[in-house]
Amino acid sequence: MTDTASNSNLAADLFGDDRQTLAISNEQVAIEVRNLDLYYGNDQALKNINMTIAHKRVTAFIGPSGCGKSTLLRCFNRMNDLIDICRIEGEILIDGKNIHDKDVDVAEHRRRVGMVFQKPNPFPKSIFENVAYGLRLQGVNDKRKLAEVVERALRGAALWDEVKDRLEDNAFGLSGGQQQRLVIARAIAIEPEVILLDEPCSALDPISTAKVEELIAELKNDYTIVIVTHNMQQAARVSDFTAYMYLGELIEFDDTARLFTNPARKATEDYITGRYG
Amino acid sequence: MSESKRLRAWFQSGDPWVWLIGGGLAISLIMVVGLLVLIAVRGFGHFWPQPIVATAVIEAQGEMQPLLGVEVRSETLPAQRIRESGEAVPDDQLLVTRTLFKVGNRDLIGRDFVWFMDAKLGERDYPDAAMMVERREWGNFYGYPVALLRDGQRVEGDALWPALQQAITRANGLHRQIQRLEKVEIGRINNALEAIRLERRRLELAGVDGAALSAAEADLAAREQVLDDQFAEIQNERRALLDQSERDRLLARTAEGREIEIALANIVMASQNNRLGLFGKLGFYFSRIHEFLTGFPREANTEGGIFPAIFGTVTMVLIMSVMVTPFGVLAAIYLREYARQGTMLKLIRVSVYNLAGVPSIVFGVFGLGFFVYLLGGTIDDLFYPERLPAPTFGTPGLFWASLTLALLTLPVVIVSTEEGLARIPRTIREGSLALGATKWETLWKVVVPLSAPAMMTGLILAVARAAGEVAPLMLVGVVKLAPSLPVDGQFPYVHMERKIMHLGFHIYDVGFQSPNVEAARPLVYATALTLVLLILVLNLTAIAIRNRLREKYRSQGE
Repeated sequence: MTDTASNSNLAADLFGDDRQTLAISNEQVAIEVRNLDLYYGNDQALKNINMTIAHKRVTAFIGPSGCGKSTLLRCFNRMNDLIDICRIEGEILIDGKNIHDKDVDVAEHRRRVGMVFQKPNPFPKSIFENVAYGLRLQGVNDKRKLAEVVERALRGAALWDEVKDRLEDNAFGLSGGQQQRLVIARAIAIEPEVILLDEPCSALDPISTAKVEELIAELKNDYTIVIVTHNMQQAARVSDFTAYMYLGELIEFDDTARLFTNPARKATEDYITGRYG
Repeated sequence: MSESKRLRAWFQSGDPWVWLIGGGLAISLIMVVGLLVLIAVRGFGHFWPQPIVATAVIEAQGEMQPLLGVEVRSETLPAQRIRESGEAVPDDQLLVTRTLFKVGNRDLIGRDFVWFMDAKLGERDYPDAAMMVERREWGNFYGYPVALLRDGQRVEGDALWPALQQAITRANGLHRQIQRLEKVEIGRINNALEAIRLERRRLELAGVDGAALSAAEADLAAREQVLDDQFAEIQNERRALLDQSERDRLLARTAEGREIEIALANIVMASQNNRLGLFGKLGFYFSRIHEFLTGFPREANTEGGIFPAIFGTVTMVLIMSVMVTPFGVLAAIYLREYARQGTMLKLIRVSVYNLAGVPSIVFGVFGLGFFVYLLGGTIDDLFYPERLPAPTFGTPGLFWASLTLALLTLPVVIVSTEEGLARIPRTIREGSLALGATKWETLWKVVVPLSAPAMMTGLILAVARAAGEVAPLMLVGVVKLAPSLPVDGQFPYVHMERKIMHLGFHIYDVGFQSPNVEAARPLVYATALTLVLLILVLNLTAIAIRNRLREKYRSQGE
């Protein structure tokens, strides 16, 4: 176990122990990251990341802008493949299988690891078709089946009551918060195992934010959730585990309550108390 | 000091530049509006019934020569120029005003437009009885009706005019029937006979002989016999109609008092313009416009309508759109989404953009050399060997004209589609990919529909350019007078190999190649106006479609 936090890792040097792994030692593992390095051309954006994401728990990534938390999140569903100059070393294991193996079908993999982006990005289609999109891709065209899944997904995203009478309307007619929940509904309609949330509330007003946070708390029952956020209160409110990242390194990863009340590292403490920078 | 300061402040405030920009805009607008107004007035004005003037010209010997016609326009010239042209003008006169009259009667006096000096014209009168007769040959006739010879009976007096109009309606009906027989029925038989000839030739080329040949020959001969019989029948029918249309004749008197007979079969319409009230004039006006837009040209395109040109232009533009859109869109998708970005791609892109700047006549030459002779010739060799040496596709025609235009407008479609694709936010693509869509699925289900308005913009620009293009078309399929429309009732209904007429070329032909300049002039304006309106209609249609697409795929930014 000790080798997971090894090498030149700043955390290991100063920290001495492996609380990162200890933190979730009692949990079932959903994703395991081993010695992950990521380069954009010659710039290294992620440095030797080692961590485990717990099954059906909420894990939050915090840290200043540019620290690599979004990049790490996008590794989980191989979104970084779209960037030509991006190069990845190390392993990411889901169910013990490295997602970068040659025999992994990227589209199939992304179906298992859904993602919600910073800005709501509904498709220029009706509300119904937005949610049905993933199913139609899988070849589901049976109307009754689609209607059933769309309703379940919209209920799951706490949007059903607001849109049930206008499912055929264009999704752009919804408010920002509704659009973000629609996008979440779209993601859960295809029943992924993991949902990645990339700053899902940064473009929303406080009321919409509260709704999305409530939703995250509920989704935890069925899905493994990884959330990137700038908002430390949000991380404290919604997550079970929190990782603090800085300049491409994982500085501290722990039980959320412990990380916020009793951080093991000075850098983490400076950041969460606002003394950072 | 303070004055120069104020001037500097004024310049710094930016006001002069605003005025400059505003002035530039105003000048551009005035020019565009002025152009359209000029074309509209000249083009639409031509069809209004003008009063028929009766006057007299004082000849050198003091004789009065009567004159009947329509005033076209007046101009004032220095007397010197008139003297140089051989006319006598009093020495003390500096300026001379002269008027152009359309006097018609080309069969009698040789020319239908004559200049007269106003000084030599007598009093002008507008007699009610004066009439103009539009004829199928020899242009207009101006004169007075005397009698209608109906089956040898004379109809005169008050009964004459209504009887004449009735007879004209009847004659026009007969004319249409004869035309139908000639174009449709005889055309069908000719096609069938041609098919038999081709079959015979095919047998010959295939080297069939012996019993097989004589059996086939007997069959062909029998079919030929049937067609010949049908042809004879139609000929008889046609002859009967011709005889009928020869029944009536109009007896008319010219201004000089000569009496002539005009066969009613030769009359398109007759009108006593001076008698027409406002509604009569309006009726006349719209029936003339209707005839112009839906009729076929007569007398070397200087009379009649321009329907084949309108039809040819629209057909060609539509076929061009159908060809250029898929090619342009696919090329743009490949360039933007799939091709590996690098020097090679940059080179290709620059070449595509530069294609838009190549003079259109160059495309015409390329179309003639590559499409018509090479591709068309090969198609003929492969698929129509029995028709050789007469070319089918190896000669300019509708298909090659459309293809050349498609090539000409391809860069426009590629550029705007590429720009449209580039404008689709990355987040939308990622949203689709994150749901497990492949790149291809993301493209077809999300990106392409979203950039459809941009593709339509490209198509709008392409249509506007293609519809107005003339130079390359002269080489690849547009002619002065096409014997038949490219679409008709004969299989395969759309005849891609036929030559077509085109409004742009029609303007050039009527305006510059016409033997009768004065008669053609108003038609040039009217045709130009039609072309402008046609492009406007095509563009508005495309814009309406684009706006509907925009509404449907409203993107987040808007």
